[in-house]
Amino acid sequence: MDGNSAAGEGAIRAGCQCYFGYPITPQNELTEYMAANMSRRKGCAFIQAESEVAAINMVYGASLAGTRAMTSSSSPGMSLKQEGISYLAGSELPAVIVNISRGGPGLGSIAAAQSDYFQATRGGGHGDYRTIVLAPASVQEIVDHTHMAFDLADKWLMPVIVLADGMLGQMKEPVQFHHEAPEVLPIRANALRGAKGRPSRFIRTCTSNVSEVEDLNWSLFRRYQLIQKEETAFDAFEVEDAEMIVVAFGIAARMAKGAVKNARKDGLRVGLLRPVTLWPFPYDVIGELGDRVKQFLVFEMSMGQMLEDVQLALKNKAEVSFYGRPGGVIPTSSEVHRVISRLYFQKGLGRL
Amino acid sequence: MKKVFGRPRFLKKTPFHYCAGCGHSIIHRIITEVIEEMEIQERVIGIPPAGCSVFAYYYFDVDMAESAHGRGAAVATGYKRAYPEAVVFTYQGDGDLAAIGTAEVIHTANRGENITGFFVNNAVYGMTGGQMAPTTLCDQTTTTSPFGRDPRMEGYPLKISEMIAPLNGVAYIERTAVTTPAGIRKTKKAVRKAFETQIRGLGFSLVEMLSPCPVNWKMSPLESWQWVEQVMTKEYPLGVIKDATGAGNAG
Repeated sequence: MDGNSAAGEGAIRAGCQCYFGYPITPQNELTEYMAANMSRRKGCAFIQAESEVAAINMVYGASLAGTRAMTSSSSPGMSLKQEGISYLAGSELPAVIVNISRGGPGLGSIAAAQSDYFQATRGGGHGDYRTIVLAPASVQEIVDHTHMAFDLADKWLMPVIVLADGMLGQMKEPVQFHHEAPEVLPIRANALRGAKGRPSRFIRTCTSNVSEVEDLNWSLFRRYQLIQKEETAFDAFEVEDAEMIVVAFGIAARMAKGAVKNARKDGLRVGLLRPVTLWPFPYDVIGELGDRVKQFLVFEMSMGQMLEDVQLALKNKAEVSFYGRPGGVIPTSSEVHRVISRLYFQKGLGRL
Repeated sequence: MKKVFGRPRFLKKTPFHYCAGCGHSIIHRIITEVIEEMEIQERVIGIPPAGCSVFAYYYFDVDMAESAHGRGAAVATGYKRAYPEAVVFTYQGDGDLAAIGTAEVIHTANRGENITGFFVNNAVYGMTGGQMAPTTLCDQTTTTSPFGRDPRMEGYPLKISEMIAPLNGVAYIERTAVTTPAGIRKTKKAVRKAFETQIRGLGFSLVEMLSPCPVNWKMSPLESWQWVEQVMTKEYPLGVIKDATGAGNAG
């Protein structure tokens, strides 16, 4: 199954009731999958919206009503969705947004890139907020992360982004689904569904009282601190005896893993650290590795965005090198292998 | 003794923040009266906009949720599709619905979404201090058309109601004014008919209400009410613009 369709099926099996999309390459298979599988499903809604702006605001409306709602897009469309994501965050409403990212800036290319890292992990829209960002590295993980995204969104009452890329979206891999689509679609408790048997309520971000807005910001901040403590996820490979650690996420981590395996065959003591959640970022684990390992290599399909988080985590304890291919260029695993080997020997690693 | 007049049950006892002579408070009252009479308060959701009526949820005693500027129709669409039993209305000004939210309202109308739009047209951006709106009349002075709106540079008053009326998804559109007792009564009938259209599942319904903004028009309340009647209604004629409900005229 291709990654885009897998995200769709994963969402349906997570109880997604409403999907609102807008065509953009390389995520069209996801919107098409939802058109085929949601629009005739009992109680479910599918709309091809007039714009990404409308789609995310429809998600906001469906989330108000307590349903599990999702939209998806690719990089230029994600920029348009930022308005709605900010409102979702400020209104403390769950939602899932899948970004099958591509090269930028501007219209860029339609090929895979990872240059939306800053936008995804720093909030992306206006105001003081964060979104949980999951970075799958396989089609199977697209399925699993999409399901997880709905659970996390409901648990923390906030938008969650699944940040994949054009390569993961388009490639086909065997997948397993561990959940059946629920018979009864979940409706969030305390959703805004009419003042029946209770006083009326309202949901809003705007108030003329600045201290109320300050309170909201503090309440979000405290929630984000808890999320950092409880939800940070990463994948460590061969780091125990490593003298050099490659840090990469998503499809780049998949390439890097192959390169690390081949470097190990050459006798190089290299490991891989893959952040699975990009926010919250595994600062602590990378910082601890930096107490022992003195050489890091960050590999991204961008000009170096996660690089800054790795540097923050290491606090100058270790040297950080970077290798990146931006704009939609897909590097090969052997290319990364060459970069690893060169850096390893340049730095005089592996000598007794 | 029979009570013949009182405060609508679903209008909270919060004093309005609106300026003297403003039409919003009248429109709030009309909508809450109809909600009470139709006994739909338990399934009504209001989507107020950014603008002067951003705080409408302080006054309406029904569930409400803020929308981003111009996105009310999209938010209402998502809500209604998720929860079709609800009665959903947007409350939008002319800057909101006729400028930044044009795409959303056109496509919501064209899809024939079963929601109701209450479109308050006062020919200016009120909350931001009286800038020119798409609905501003030719030669009308605003803070961003200080020499009067010049159609050669700024275009002509945009008639959204007439624009979307031909769309097949639209079931009912009426334009009213809230500046005379007769106009208020017609508005109330139109509000009721719009809600009924939605409940019957006939498609998109919209009531455009011409409403005075004395502060930004730099007029006394009385002058502003006369201006609606004598000037604004010439550009924006009152009456039913479309009725495909098969139920006859509301007014």
